[in-house]
Amino acid sequence: MKRFWPVINTSIAAIAGFLTLLGYFIRNLKALKDFIVHGAVILAAFAILVGIANLFMVHLTKIRTRQEGNIYSFLLLTAMIVSLGFGLAFSMDPSGSNPDFMQGLFKSVIFPVETSLLALLAVTLLYASVRLLRTRTDWMSIVFLASAVIGLFTMVPLPFIGEIRILNGLRSFLMDYFVTAGARGILIGISLGVLTTGLRVLLGADRPFGGK
Amino acid sequence: MSVIEVASLVLALISAGALASLAILRRKTNASFREIPAYSQLNHSIGLAVEDGTRIHISLGSSNMISERSATAFAGLGMVYRLAEHTSASDQPPIASSGDGMISILSQDTLKNAYANAGADDRYDPTTRRLTGLTPYSYAAGAIPIMLDEKVSTNVLIGNFGNEIALFTDTAERKNAHSLATTDNLVSQAILFASMEKPVVGEELYAAGAYIKPDPSHSASLTIQDVLRWLIVISLLAGAALKVINLL
Repeated sequence: MKRFWPVINTSIAAIAGFLTLLGYFIRNLKALKDFIVHGAVILAAFAILVGIANLFMVHLTKIRTRQEGNIYSFLLLTAMIVSLGFGLAFSMDPSGSNPDFMQGLFKSVIFPVETSLLALLAVTLLYASVRLLRTRTDWMSIVFLASAVIGLFTMVPLPFIGEIRILNGLRSFLMDYFVTAGARGILIGISLGVLTTGLRVLLGADRPFGGK
Repeated sequence: MSVIEVASLVLALISAGALASLAILRRKTNASFREIPAYSQLNHSIGLAVEDGTRIHISLGSSNMISERSATAFAGLGMVYRLAEHTSASDQPPIASSGDGMISILSQDTLKNAYANAGADDRYDPTTRRLTGLTPYSYAAGAIPIMLDEKVSTNVLIGNFGNEIALFTDTAERKNAHSLATTDNLVSQAILFASMEKPVVGEELYAAGAYIKPDPSHSASLTIQDVLRWLIVISLLAGAALKVINLL
């Protein structure tokens, strides 16, 4: 049985993968492709529930074994249970007296926290740029920083000076030729990587779904 | 079918045939790759992590299985497999964090298989795969404490990341932990270029598994990538030349 299941898993994945791939090109297989993709979307929704259960267990274990920082695990589990409870209660409320509660919870908790992280990111990026010349002093780093400075100074009109026409022209030149060409080059490379990685999975060389 | 669709299908089928044939032909030969400094340093860090009893954290980002980002997720899962197999003798098993439910389940399966194939089934711990958040920033908020509190000495960030990747690299820097970061997102690649000492750019992401533990299929897929890249270069140059002489 130990050898049997990996073969079955690989066969199912390969057949489903090839049918999906062919469904993009052969019109008669489009309905089958859509069916497989919709099935995957439904499975993905259930996978979130499994993931949340795993998260719950990880933090419960942290509390039970009194690991360092278990107070945060306690807060997380409390927030998780309270949110779930309120979410279920309000979604089942037939009068629909407070349908925006979950939306409000999202706007007042998740949104401010994520915005704070975004603000922190601005400082982190500035620090990384300053550190770049210390960690890697080569001509590419200098070009990178010079391009970033030109981009920054031409994004918005500068106070008291306004727009600097020469820099704007330079920015357009960089964007139209170097940036576009470079980005396309990287994207072509990535798409080739995507192609071969996908084919390796379809051919069963990589099997994240079981078996060596 | 349009001409482009036929050409795409033919390209995919030829690539699949070539990949399978090359993988079979190269079963008995040792693969040799060009040096990518970040991967060489990672191999060194893996050894150090096993020796000093610290962990490796593999962050799979917000990649998922039902979008065009799925190949990145597969590359990340390949890395999870190889790193878990490599460090199966360590007291501290690697942790795989992700921002998608399906990837989280697959990373659990991958870790389990890696330990089973390394003959260390008993060392597998189901709490070493984590779904830390479903949005990019909530994922970062959940994964960064792993880097800080769980004896992590090496971080491998491989998957789909947005700007939040800078928070990960900054945390690793502050903890003095080694990190390798690579993503398919162009903006994040620019961030990594600025924040990493040895950046991994573009398609080098998909070669990650081959540099940790090469196998014939990886070697074959890198050869096919190289051949296709040269074909694209020649086509671009030919197109430009034909345009110059007014034939296109």
